[in-house]
Amino acid sequence: MSILAWTYIMVGLTFGLYIFIAWISRVRDTKGFYVAGGGVPPLANGMATAADWMSAASFISMAGLISFLGYAGSIYLMGWTGGYVLLALLLAPYLRKFGKYTVPDFVGDRYYSDAARFVALVCAIFVSLTYVCGQMRGVGIVFSRFLEVPVDIGVLIGMAIVFFYAGLGGMKGITWTQVAQYTVLIIAYLIPAVFISMKIAGTPIPQIGLGGHVQTGQYTGQYLLDVLDKLNTDLGFTAYTQPGAKSMLDVFCITFALMVGTAGLPHVIIRFYTVPSVRAARLSAGYALLFIAILYTTAPAVAAFARYNMIDTINDKPYSEAPSWFKNWEKTGLIAWVDKNNDGIIQYRAGKPFIGKPKFTGKTGPLGQKLVANKITDSPNELYVDRDIMVLANPEIANLPAWVIALVAAGGLAAALSTASGLLLVIASSISHDLYYRMVNRKATEKQRLLVGRIMIGIAVCIAGYFGINPPGFVAQVVAFAFGLAASSFFPIIVLGIFSTRTNREGAICGMLAGIIFTAAYIIYFKFMGGTKDQWFLGISPEGIGTVGMIINFIVTIVVSRMTKEPPKEIQDLVASIRTPRGAGAAVDH
Amino acid sequence: MDKNLQEYWRKNISFMAFLLVIWAFVSYGCGIIFVKPLNAIRLGGFPLGFWFAQQGAIYVFVCLIFIYYLYMQKLDRKYDVHE
Repeated sequence: MSILAWTYIMVGLTFGLYIFIAWISRVRDTKGFYVAGGGVPPLANGMATAADWMSAASFISMAGLISFLGYAGSIYLMGWTGGYVLLALLLAPYLRKFGKYTVPDFVGDRYYSDAARFVALVCAIFVSLTYVCGQMRGVGIVFSRFLEVPVDIGVLIGMAIVFFYAGLGGMKGITWTQVAQYTVLIIAYLIPAVFISMKIAGTPIPQIGLGGHVQTGQYTGQYLLDVLDKLNTDLGFTAYTQPGAKSMLDVFCITFALMVGTAGLPHVIIRFYTVPSVRAARLSAGYALLFIAILYTTAPAVAAFARYNMIDTINDKPYSEAPSWFKNWEKTGLIAWVDKNNDGIIQYRAGKPFIGKPKFTGKTGPLGQKLVANKITDSPNELYVDRDIMVLANPEIANLPAWVIALVAAGGLAAALSTASGLLLVIASSISHDLYYRMVNRKATEKQRLLVGRIMIGIAVCIAGYFGINPPGFVAQVVAFAFGLAASSFFPIIVLGIFSTRTNREGAICGMLAGIIFTAAYIIYFKFMGGTKDQWFLGISPEGIGTVGMIINFIVTIVVSRMTKEPPKEIQDLVASIRTPRGAGAAVDH
Repeated sequence: MDKNLQEYWRKNISFMAFLLVIWAFVSYGCGIIFVKPLNAIRLGGFPLGFWFAQQGAIYVFVCLIFIYYLYMQKLDRKYDVHE
């Protein structure tokens, strides 16, 4: 059977499963809609959180990124896992005890202020919207590459599926489909990784294979990482295992901003409202990170194998003898080769082969290679490789059967859809619960609120779909925004709200505003207004500035709180009560 | 807060601080600040600093959360605040 037929079967089966789960877990009340009724077992919540968190970017792009960055890619590995320690120790148990529906709920109640609630809900919507556009785009791309339908149709199909299960089942539907999606995506990630590890390092465990010996070819018997260090250095790159050009302070700040940002992301935090107890919140954070770690410790191994395989099979080889996967991906425009010295041999070196992404002329060269119209650089490098293909091309590189390739497509879709649905729920609940119910119409009936929630999911799906079809050029730029903003807005005031009774309304509002304005201004200046690298504050890049924004938020909140009067007695009692687990019960509705 | 609960809270904070020191040490210490000197040491086929940054730190993170869970379960019972 062909790859295409297999892909239709795999994607059809998994989509059918998601729809089936959505139908059996449909809900009739707001508690089911916002927090899945508060009865999700810790193991299931761990899997759902892992799927919620691991997006199309984690599944498709991360290993490729690390493959090209080597050690420098560690910022993503540590940054996107370390935040769970903060979440488990500093936030999850207490927010669960507090037991409301959303993050703005906590901010608004703890700081007895609708102004604080409003700032929080605007941040929650902005962060989630930024994120969800990328997911919809990911859905479209997987559809176009593997199912041969146009990107736009792919996005529309994805929108319909997400609307169906998120609208029908709310958080409950999302939770159980995410459990299924985690299973699909982790199997799809591990199978090719295991085969490639066997092939290159001779062990089925990729985490061990990364430190193993190369099995075949001219480097047989040498450690894989030593070989990569040597190859990288020979070709003009930084050694694979060594720190590169980024300053240590910048690496430090980026990692920290990613960690704190992760802990402050609303779609991750609200997952901990869905478990039955404080104990379950602590435990499910552990399961969540365990399930995430399975993929995150495999990714660097996949990255190293892919790097070795690519250099070994392509570099300094005649174009006419390039492997079939090379030609297949060249067709899609994600690989391009410019024969600068007209020797018919592919030279892969450090530096860009030409300016920008390849723009093909439609003509082919003497050896059948697609010609590009881009401005050629002086670099000896002749090869353009899109980083995203590393995971997607892996099964082909390792000559795996067609059904494995189909499985990878289903896995990519699972990763994108699960994250998209979690984000859409945050957007919908911010508007229908925090804005409509808490701030506009306190008398709304259960039925009205549920209807508004469903309508908001519909609207949010349409907005996300629109940006998926017409991606704004700045999507990649604003990802720094999402983490920077989550780090500099939510994290400090939630932590202080739990650990410092003295923190009051005035402090929290000033702190949040100071953190957001500083971080946003810095990112906007350097990403959109032409700020240059030599103007960076202490050499910190916009990606890492959330760390500084967070520190500013902490300082301002503490100082202003000390200068103004302490919070009312009932708030101090509230803080005391969230510090002990007893009496958590189910999430309450005021 | 009564005395018993204050003591519970203090113990929680100090254990948490202890775990966070380990958290910072494996990631920011071993994985970033000391990566160069640690890379001179080998762990099988891995330079040690690189191993911490791409593998070891993540394993330690997972362990920290489960250790905290177990510790707090005991502490909750001892101070009679468990659910």
